Order: sequence, then C-alpha cells, then structure tokens
Amino acid sequence: MSETNSRQLKNSVTFLRVLIGWHFLYEGVTKLFNPDWTSMGYLASAKGPFNWLFSAMANDSIIGVIDVLNWLALIIIGMTLILGIYERLGASIAIVLLAMYYLAHPPFPGIEQINVEGTYWFVNKNLIELAACIVLLRFPTGSHFGLPYIMNKKSKSE
Amino acid sequence: MKWTRREVLKGLGGIPILGSLWWAGSASAITKKKERTEILEQLNIEPSLPAEVPEVTGEPVRVGIIGFGIRGEQLCRSLGFATKEWRAEMEEEMKENPQNKALEVFDQQDKLNVVITGVCDAFDYRANRAINSFSTDKIKVKRYTTHQEMIRSGDVEAVVIATPDHWHAPMAIDALENNIHVYVEKPMTHTIEETYRLKEAARNSKAVMTVGHQHRQTQSFKTAQDIISKGVLGHVSLITTSTNRNDDNGAWNYEIHPDANENTIDWDLFLGSAPKIPFNKNHFFRWRKWWAYGSGLSGDLLSHDYDRLNCVLNFGIPDSISASGGVYTHRDGRNVPDVLQVNMEFPKYSTGSSQVKGKEKGLTFIYSATLGNGFGRPTLLMGHDGTMELGNSLTIWPEGGSTKFAEMIENEKMNPGVPIYYYNPGANIPDAISSATSQYFADKGLLWTYLNGKRVDSTWLHMREWLSVLRNGGKVSCGIKEGFEEAMTAHMTGLSWKLGRRIDWDRDKEELVPIEGIDFDQALLESPDPESDHIKV
Repeated sequence: MSETNSRQLKNSVTFLRVLIGWHFLYEGVTKLFNPDWTSMGYLASAKGPFNWLFSAMANDSIIGVIDVLNWLALIIIGMTLILGIYERLGASIAIVLLAMYYLAHPPFPGIEQINVEGTYWFVNKNLIELAACIVLLRFPTGSHFGLPYIMNKKSKSE
Repeated sequence: MKWTRREVLKGLGGIPILGSLWWAGSASAITKKKERTEILEQLNIEPSLPAEVPEVTGEPVRVGIIGFGIRGEQLCRSLGFATKEWRAEMEEEMKENPQNKALEVFDQQDKLNVVITGVCDAFDYRANRAINSFSTDKIKVKRYTTHQEMIRSGDVEAVVIATPDHWHAPMAIDALENNIHVYVEKPMTHTIEETYRLKEAARNSKAVMTVGHQHRQTQSFKTAQDIISKGVLGHVSLITTSTNRNDDNGAWNYEIHPDANENTIDWDLFLGSAPKIPFNKNHFFRWRKWWAYGSGLSGDLLSHDYDRLNCVLNFGIPDSISASGGVYTHRDGRNVPDVLQVNMEFPKYSTGSSQVKGKEKGLTFIYSATLGNGFGRPTLLMGHDGTMELGNSLTIWPEGGSTKFAEMIENEKMNPGVPIYYYNPGANIPDAISSATSQYFADKGLLWTYLNGKRVDSTWLHMREWLSVLRNGGKVSCGIKEGFEEAMTAHMTGLSWKLGRRIDWDRDKEELVPIEGIDFDQALLESPDPESDHIKV
C-alpha cells in the first residue's frame, strides 16, 4: 500500500471512529440526563428467538441496573472512540451492545418491526454499525488522531 | 518539546468534540425535562391509588350464588373460587399461548375471607358444577331450588345475583327485606317501577347492596376524576363512547349446553314474570337478546359506559335521552337492537370553564354501538382546553383553541398534536388476551386494573370493597344511588328506542316526564316482533 493510500485509509477510519463515538456518546448523555428514560419498553417488547432473555432483563428487580449499564456502556464507548484511548475496548463493548440491540428486534422475515424508520431484511443499521466497529477493532487509529498521538510523541522525545 | 498546531489538533482534537457533545446532550435532555416539568406543574395531576379497605376479619362471610352462568362463574373467581373445568380450560390455553396470564393472576389473587355455602340455578348442570368444585370437606355447597329458600335458610348472609335482568330486582328486594347483603349485576332492575322499589328496599335494609360496576375500582378512572376536578380539560361539551363488537360471543350468541333439556332446566323458574312461552333453549342461554329477560345494548353495555363516566363526572341521570337503531347485523329472531345510537343531554352540567363566566354550560354524551364491526373507537372527553382518551390508560392532548394553554401553545411548549399527559398504570406489563370480547372489556378498563404495578381483577377489588363494608361498615362505591342512576338511564334509553321519541327526566320530581297514553313499564317490557324473514338459528 502506498503511503498516500495508507494515510487516506487512516483518515477514513478515524473519521468513522469519531462519528460512531459521537453517535454513542450523545445517546448515552441524553439518557444519563433524562431520569425518566428506561430501556424497559424496548426490552419487554423484544421479538425473535431471544425474546425470553430480553423479557427477563426487563424484570422490575434488575431493570434499574440494566438501565445504568446501558448508558454507562454508551458513554464509555463514546469517550474511548472520540478520544482514541482504549479504543479497542470501546469497539468491543460496542459490538456486544449492538449485537444485543440487533437481536432484541431482529429484522427477520415474519417478525414485526416496531419503531423503525426503514425497511429491512436481515441487515439493518445496527448490523452495519456493528460491522463498522469490527473495522475499528481491527484497525486502531488512536495514534493517528487522539490522546495516544500525544503520548507517543512525548515518549519519543523523552 | 515543541508542538505544532497540527500536532495539538491531532492529539487533543477529540476533547472539544467530547465537550460539545456532553454539553449538547445534557442541555437537550435537561431542556426537555424542564418543559415537561413545567407542563406537569401546570396540570398538577396526581395519579391516585384505590382507597385501602379494612380487611374482613373473623368468621368468613357466608355467600350464596344465585345464577351460575358465564357471569356467575366469573364473579365466583373474583371471590376466589374457580371451577375445575375452568382451570383445565386455562391450562390448555396457556399451552397454546404462554402469555395468557388468567390462571396466574387468579392464583396470585389474595384470598378474600368468604365461603360459598349455597347455589341456586335453574339448570342442573350449572348448579352441580358449582357444588362439585366449591364444596370442601368442611362445607358442602347446598343447592336451593329458589332464591327465597336460600335467603331464608339461615346459611347465607350475603348473595351474589347474576341472573337474567328480569330476576335482579325481585331477588335483591327479597334479600334486602331479609337483611341479606346483595351484590347484584347490572342493570340492577328491569322496569322503572322496580327501580324505585329496590331503592326503597335498599334504604330500609340493614344489609349492604352494591351493583356490579367493577370499573369504579379502576385506577385510571380515579386519576381522571382528579384531572376533571382540576379543570385540565376545561368545559367538556361532548363525550363519545362506543361498543364495537363483531363476534358471536359479543353478540350474545353463547353456546347452548348439550345437557340442556326440559328435564335439566326448570323452565318456569327461568321465566318468572316473563311471558309464558314453551321451553326454548335459545331463550335460556341467550336471554340477553330479548326484552322479556334482558335489555340488550342499553342495559348490558351502555350501562357500563354510562357508569364509567358517571363515576368520573358524577352528572347523574340525563335530562333527556334520544335513541335510534335497529336489528341490523344479527337478524336471528332477537328483538333488542344490535346497532344503537344514544344521545344523552345534560344542558345544565359543567366541568368548569377557563373562559368568561356563563359562556359555557351543557354536555352531550353520545353512546354509539354496533355488533357488526369490531374496530375500536376510544372513549373521548372533549373539552375547550383539552381532549382526554379514557380506558385502562389515559391520554390528554391540549386543544389548539384552548384559553388555558394559549400561552404555552403560542410559545410552542405545547403542541395540539402531542399528548401532554399519559398515564398507564400497567405500562410494560405484557399480556395476551384470549378473546375479542375480553379485549373489548379490557380496553375499557372493565376487566382489570393495576395495584402497585401488579395486575388485579377489578371485580375482585369490587367484591373486596363490598365484603369489607358489610363487615366493617363504610360506603360502597356503587351503591343504590349510583345503581338507581344507571338503571334509570338504561331504561330511558330502551324506552326512547322502543317509542321512537325523546324521553325526559324531571330532576326535581325524580321521575320520567309522563307522555300521554304511554305506560312506560308496559312499553319497556313489550316484545316487539322481530321481522319474520329472519334467519332461524
């Protein structure tokens, strides 16, 4: 790969990383600051092969913990991807979270889709974002744009 | 170490992005919350819980069941007694649909301190079904041939009456005169004359009477009372309610039991004061279709909708009622209408006004019913300042032309298309309902309500209240005053449809405004001949 190509790829993946981080962080912050928000409705209305698992998560006794874990995960993912630190950890959590979102309301034929703005057949935006996070996991760019860039420079100069 | 601007940007560029997002996200959520709080503060609605009733302690209340048909069995389940047959049926249904919670709710229902000691039913199979399931080692449920025997037996202190309508008042009056407590199904009477007589009997009796309008226990209705009293909706000028059903069960074509015959049914007992006709299974099982025993939509279903709103608004008997309709969807020999439109007028009633004094007064309550289409039409209370949809949940929309909310609408803090209040005590409790008819009742808040987030049968609450009052004293929420208003409204509707004219109520004299040449009770009991070309069933 030529140096120009490699730089363009780094720039593109960095751009993708920041956008995904942006998406997660904003979702997390708005949930954190909205005391009425709960994932209960989303979980309780889950469809598809794993609905038993999501319905169980919507149980009164644990829904509070589930809600905190949800916004905490969203914020951690957002921060790591935007700042470029622990970005692989962030991308991994994002993959798990998106897989759960995908499976709670899977776009499979014969399963009713609630609150979706498009028409999907197996592939939806959650799955695409999940795939993008796999790219982020495989191709870290923190040292290109992010706090590690500074740390690298510091350690080089020392 | 030297830093170029480019290097700083590459290293620390993420921080301002992070800061901006944090600020934007929190500001947006906080602004939304503030706007919501502002609206809620202005509305000042307090979701209310059903009143706690003192427990029935000591010896269990000895209850006799008069009429053990479909409703009789349901009422017994609310008392804590399910038949073996029903259990088996529910277990089957649960296998097909694990979301069906009927059996689970029944098993979790707190036990009321009652014993069933007697049953009275004209059909042997039904009486035996109760005896077989409810008898215990200690108490064998006794069958009585007539209600008089049961009431005078000394073995019951309270009776539950779930018979055809024409038997309600004679049985309730007899029980009350013997100081036996009464839970009577709606409509509480079948004629005008009986309605006055039952009122007298209830007032003179030491016993407690309640009418089976269980929705008075529904949580959303109690919250609706608070909303109305705080003037959130402003002056309500129109209420629309409806019945929409399109199935055999909903049209009262119940199953005819294979064991039914002249030997297993006491036909004369069933007929009572009704015109003497030869044995007829169709009439016995599907009595709701004939004026001789029932009252069709007006007594069966309008009575629910009327009382549902009367419990929220306490408007009493309408000043006048006009009804029209016919037998349009089930021409099977019935003589009660199956499509019915009713306008009830309350020209002096007001829920309060946000405008200049005297501008607004009066309310029309429309009940619109068909047994030929099941599309759900919600119950709407339409006020100058807001619209409320009332069922088991409750939603309020602000009105575009509202005086009260004008400023908030102007400032775009409220939008007429967006609800400003939504109350659902059972939110996120997923459940499946087995039939179209039960869905109809559930949507109206007639089947169950929620207590501390747990689903409970509203009839169980209604029974619990009655039992508590008869032992501990207090007031039932649907007593003789409410029952009188409900029955009179149902009878005025029936009369209006039958006579094809407006029926007026004189509030001061507490009687129907007479119409020359018309005997109201005779008209009410008259059986109009259904058209001869009907389909035989």
